[in-house]
Amino acid sequence: MSIYEVLFWFLTVVALSCALGVILSRNPVNSVLFLILTFFAISGHYILMNAQFLAIVNIIVYAGAIMVLFLFVIMLMNLNADTEPQKNRLVQLAGVISGGVLFLVVLAALKSSSRGELEQTSTDIGLIKNLGKTLFTQFVLPFEISSVLFLSAMIGAIVIGKKEEASTNN
Amino acid sequence: MPIQYYLFLSMALFCIGIMGTLMRRNAIIIFMCIEMMLNAVNLLLVAFSKMYGDSSAQIFVFFNMVVAAAEVAVGLAIIVMMYRKVHSVDINILNRLKH
Repeated sequence: MSIYEVLFWFLTVVALSCALGVILSRNPVNSVLFLILTFFAISGHYILMNAQFLAIVNIIVYAGAIMVLFLFVIMLMNLNADTEPQKNRLVQLAGVISGGVLFLVVLAALKSSSRGELEQTSTDIGLIKNLGKTLFTQFVLPFEISSVLFLSAMIGAIVIGKKEEASTNN
Repeated sequence: MPIQYYLFLSMALFCIGIMGTLMRRNAIIIFMCIEMMLNAVNLLLVAFSKMYGDSSAQIFVFFNMVVAAAEVAVGLAIIVMMYRKVHSVDINILNRLKH
């Protein structure tokens, strides 16, 4: 068993167990912390697949920015395990069964699909130089459009989150 | 390392996200499960990019992250606004569009 496979299985076990921890833990703050660990494990997978730029961006954007936003909102609302809304056991069971059945169906459908091999030689397509070349030659129009999308999302978030007094006064 | 391993790993993460979305009633945790599903797709895109030696899939992952970040900003603003009105993030209470 090579070092590559050992790392793969370790990261897989960490990612799956932390993902289960996200949906099973009662306290929302614990869920956020488990999700951060899941994102770190996925970043480890990216590094294993020679996508170093995406691994760093994943840590900065997801584990850094987005999860801090989630943590802030949860702490602002003062949610904890006591305020966790309870739900019908039957509906919960139906959710688990439908998710599991979807997994089994796709597993069975893809088991005999055409198989490819991930060669373990190091490639440099994941480095920032090649990604930048691809991004700014083939995908420059989507890049600009996504910047407009991001700006409108920020403005929308500010407009939605504004205090109510402004609209009630006029 | 066969591509099947990454296929099954990302399918498992996606299905755990679906289970969480259907199981939990807390709107914020439902949001986090959607993030998990997006990340499962990202992982599979990177695996295919490595398999075919093409960097276009990694650009798609980049755009995926941009859209996810925009979605989180707007969605959390909506949740905060809802919380200010009804003092709860239970989605059983937030079903007013039905009436």
